[in-house]
Amino acid sequence: MYSEKVMEHFKNPRNVGVIEDADGVGEVGNPVCGDMMTFYIKVKDNVIDDVKFQTFGCGAAIAVSSMVSEMAKGKAVEEAAKITNQMVAEALEGLPKQKMHCSNLGADALRKAIQDYQAKKSGVAAKREVKKCYCPVCDMENPMEAEFCTGCGKELPHEHEKEG
Amino acid sequence: MSVVYLDHVAGTPLLPKVYEAMVPYFKELSGNPSSIHDAGEKAREAIEEARGKVSKLIGSQDEEVFFMSCGTEANNLALKGIAAAHQSRGREIIISSIEHFSIMHAANALERAGFHINRLPVDQYGLVDPEAVEKAITSQTILVSIMHANPEVGTIEPIAEISKITRARNVLFHTDAVDSVGTIPVNINELGVDLLSLSASQFYGPKGAAALYVRKGVRILPLLDGGIQERGLRAGTENVPAIVGMGVAADLAREELPQRMSHLKRLQERLTEELPKRIPYLRLLGHPTQRLPGHVSVAVEFIEGEAMLLFMDMEGIQISSGSACISRSLKVSHVMLAMGVDAATAQGSLLFSFGMQNNRGDVDRVLEALPPVVERLRNMSPVYRKAMAKK
Repeated sequence: MYSEKVMEHFKNPRNVGVIEDADGVGEVGNPVCGDMMTFYIKVKDNVIDDVKFQTFGCGAAIAVSSMVSEMAKGKAVEEAAKITNQMVAEALEGLPKQKMHCSNLGADALRKAIQDYQAKKSGVAAKREVKKCYCPVCDMENPMEAEFCTGCGKELPHEHEKEG
Repeated sequence: MSVVYLDHVAGTPLLPKVYEAMVPYFKELSGNPSSIHDAGEKAREAIEEARGKVSKLIGSQDEEVFFMSCGTEANNLALKGIAAAHQSRGREIIISSIEHFSIMHAANALERAGFHINRLPVDQYGLVDPEAVEKAITSQTILVSIMHANPEVGTIEPIAEISKITRARNVLFHTDAVDSVGTIPVNINELGVDLLSLSASQFYGPKGAAALYVRKGVRILPLLDGGIQERGLRAGTENVPAIVGMGVAADLAREELPQRMSHLKRLQERLTEELPKRIPYLRLLGHPTQRLPGHVSVAVEFIEGEAMLLFMDMEGIQISSGSACISRSLKVSHVMLAMGVDAATAQGSLLFSFGMQNNRGDVDRVLEALPPVVERLRNMSPVYRKAMAKK
């Protein structure tokens, strides 16, 4: 199912962990949707000096996080922000089609961490993005705050709300 | 490293005795059962012999057993064949919300064709309440279909109790017994059902052979138009080797059932007892006692199932999960959601289903291999970190 590269990163993920005094933190997804990634960055002289991540998710999600962390490390902040999910998938020698949309969120998480860093630096609170959640029953995209799926009407589990 | 196969609900390995019985029907006995000549006659006799064995396994009469190609076909025929034959009487069908896709999706197709489908809820253990069936039956109800045992969580449904109700209300009752036949006693008279699906590949027989039991006198229409194979209910040349294999597997299942049950139960009990001791934040799923022997279903909190499966596979241990990441549709198991398991927890579901070649050493392998895998994944899980920070 997975390429050798994916399996290699899944088995030996690089840069797993947390940076307690991170300069920027970015989080995407939630466990209800299947994958969740948190990225921490440390910036020195406008270069990403250290990256750590934590990921809840499948093999693809873990490999994606690991690859993104490797790609970002040592890059200038602006360069790292240009990493796309597509670039990550290519670096991993491809991902199964059905995993492209749900597990390939690493670049998004990194970009959020960079935005967080830039906002902190400029003294402005990062603008709150409207989060989305996919219904686990029918896969319809829903606003994070929706209690019922707009597609199938099923009640949406809201674990993420408790996390505050 | 030897492989430990613990995914018997996905399919059981073919027994050597079954395989050997099948071989001649690929070679010298490869006639078409519909032919009049000797080769055809021999193939036809083989099918009838297999029919006798299958009907003996479930306590029916020979002519009540119809061979199919798979459990999915048997389930589709049960729903659509009964719907087509009885629609003049009513257009309501009752199913549970934890049925196999071959029932769920067949019911969806009937719904699109104008039938009314009533999907009954289950409790936290996955049990259907017989009283709910009673209340759901109306004058328009033509069929109730509730599975015998659920492959994902192992819960055994109160089929005999439900059949008392369907009998009293004069409604036909089908049960999908694909996951119970060969693992627990299944007798159509004790269960009181009118139709029952079973599949050879779930009791050490080959893939490609299954059967639908239809009580004598029940009107049903075929899905396929064609010849008069299986007395017109299943047109198409029979898969003779597979049917022969199903017969042998049925005989073995009947003879060995008590030993199978006690063997599987021992392995199940040990794993069920030991796993929670070694892995914190682990939930046992399904009914604690009304369950398939050899079946253990759990949810490991704060991590995801596919990642666990991949690591366990590297350890040579083959298991399954109801995580959304496993399914092609990327949807969380409908069974877990129906039982009220939240979607995040369902992502961490693991399913161990033992078979006859497993032993106590295999349970030990799981007990050794799984805790480090869980620890490793929890250490990289942001969900675990948040949960622990709160505690």
